[in-house]
Amino acid sequence: MMAEYNETELLICIAARQMADNTTAFIGTGIPMLAAALAKKMHAPNLVPVFEFGGIGASLEKLPLGVGDSRTFHKAVAATGICDMMETAARGFIEYGFLGGAQIDMYGNLNTTIIGEKYWPPKVRLPGSGGANEVGSFCWKTIVIMRQHDKKRFVKKLDFLTTPGYLTGPGAREKAGLPPNTGPYRVVSNLGLMGFEEKTKRMILLATNPGITVQQVLDNTDFAMLVADKVVENEPPSEEELRILRTEVDPDRLYI
Amino acid sequence: MNVLESGVSELFVKPDIWNFRDWVHKNKHQAMTEKLMTEQEAVAKFVADGDSLGTELYGTVRAPMSLTREIIRQGKKHLKVAGQGITEIDFLLAADLVDTLDITYVAWEVYGISNILRRAVESGRVKTADWSNGAMAWRFKAAAMGVPFIPVLSMLGTDTFRYSAAKIVECPFTGQKVCLLPALFLDVGLIHVHRADKYGNCQIEGISGFAHELARASKKLIVSAEEIIDTEEIRKYPEHTIIPYYLVDAVVHAPFGSHPGEMCYRYWRDEEHLKNFLEDSKDPAKTKAYLDKYIYGVKNHEEYIKLIGMDRLKKLQAMIGGR
Repeated sequence: MMAEYNETELLICIAARQMADNTTAFIGTGIPMLAAALAKKMHAPNLVPVFEFGGIGASLEKLPLGVGDSRTFHKAVAATGICDMMETAARGFIEYGFLGGAQIDMYGNLNTTIIGEKYWPPKVRLPGSGGANEVGSFCWKTIVIMRQHDKKRFVKKLDFLTTPGYLTGPGAREKAGLPPNTGPYRVVSNLGLMGFEEKTKRMILLATNPGITVQQVLDNTDFAMLVADKVVENEPPSEEELRILRTEVDPDRLYI
Repeated sequence: MNVLESGVSELFVKPDIWNFRDWVHKNKHQAMTEKLMTEQEAVAKFVADGDSLGTELYGTVRAPMSLTREIIRQGKKHLKVAGQGITEIDFLLAADLVDTLDITYVAWEVYGISNILRRAVESGRVKTADWSNGAMAWRFKAAAMGVPFIPVLSMLGTDTFRYSAAKIVECPFTGQKVCLLPALFLDVGLIHVHRADKYGNCQIEGISGFAHELARASKKLIVSAEEIIDTEEIRKYPEHTIIPYYLVDAVVHAPFGSHPGEMCYRYWRDEEHLKNFLEDSKDPAKTKAYLDKYIYGVKNHEEYIKLIGMDRLKKLQAMIGGR
């Protein structure tokens, strides 16, 4: 019998599976922290989590509650500062960047700043960029985690472009002065797993989550989502993943 | 150099390096002088209405909370506040002391967005300019370097750039686009550290965030410390001194000075207190009641510690765990 799980648990498992062993990953606040902790306890024990305020290679035995708290450098190999971390990404060293957002468009651009048409005073003020802009600008492959896949969040036009994806399409990042061959790589949502088509840099559906149809993904996306020739179905969380997630990663159930 | 694009927001102040040099020369003592004082003395002496102000690290992590509470008690107003944070920025905004924010991130991470920030900015009470975390740290770094700007490759192509006060130019060496960040010289910097001596030599454990940069970008720097130690101790481990005495104007002894946030290797964050405040922050009247109880209702940090209670603080110490 398949284990029961909720959407957030599934999301964390799928995000964790995107993290490769023996690589560096710039970890943003929230779900990416859980995914990194799970990945380290599953298939990627040598994953090196990088946190913007200076933690490098923490054990992640306990779940950080913020990107600067002491758990982000517990048993780490180094505890430096924000300039060093951002500069390490700027020099081209950090492989993956993990981010979340309130809105995403078809080029993987992200909004975490305001909702509404006017910058100031805004209809809704969100937190702001934080370190996301640097993560999205400098990491080779950015993976975005979106907890809720719907038309308000997967939008045609962002209310505010906080963090660069492929901007307006092929060549736009380079034209803006961003490093070549960088940009969004995957989007993990509660409905499926998306990538970006090589030629057009547009978001493309690669896999649906268990029980979700391709049509459901398209119906919940405001822009025209591309669909891969062969859309596969993501594996549900295994019993082992769920056990580790519930008993070791987030025993206090802050997220799950 | 050709300016290709300019962010639309205003700077707190033009990055005037000559002015800063003069300030440093006239005001920073070259001799080691004693600077120990209380929060009340430090804030009264070194924080003025209308000052630009930066804090380090942030809200729940090694934050200068006792100094922030004292600024609120003394009602220093029309502040221009730089950077990111949680509780410290929420407190200042809730007390209605802020006119302008150079914002990178104000929110509760795990627990979501800031209700207080929303009310302050959406009502039009507080003006904002947006920056990224890297950009703010690099702006302090530029100030620390004694240069008027620093070229970086972040914020390019985004609205974060557009609503900042940065500029994009063509690199005179390569022709590529670079973003120039204006140095941010602060009137006042507040930093909470693990150990300091009476002269202001400071040592921090764990990550250093942007303490190095902010300390060097501040005209007036107030440091609070968990522990005041002998200078002999500092001299045994000089490589751990991230802020030497000559950057510091006031040293305040503030055990549990980061409460309700954490202090690495000393005490863990006060989850219950933070959650209660977050709940209170949803309602303006309850927010005010919180400020009344924990800030206006106590005379100083000592009384605050009594109000929180040593039993509770000892539990937080036990929760931090080892290295």
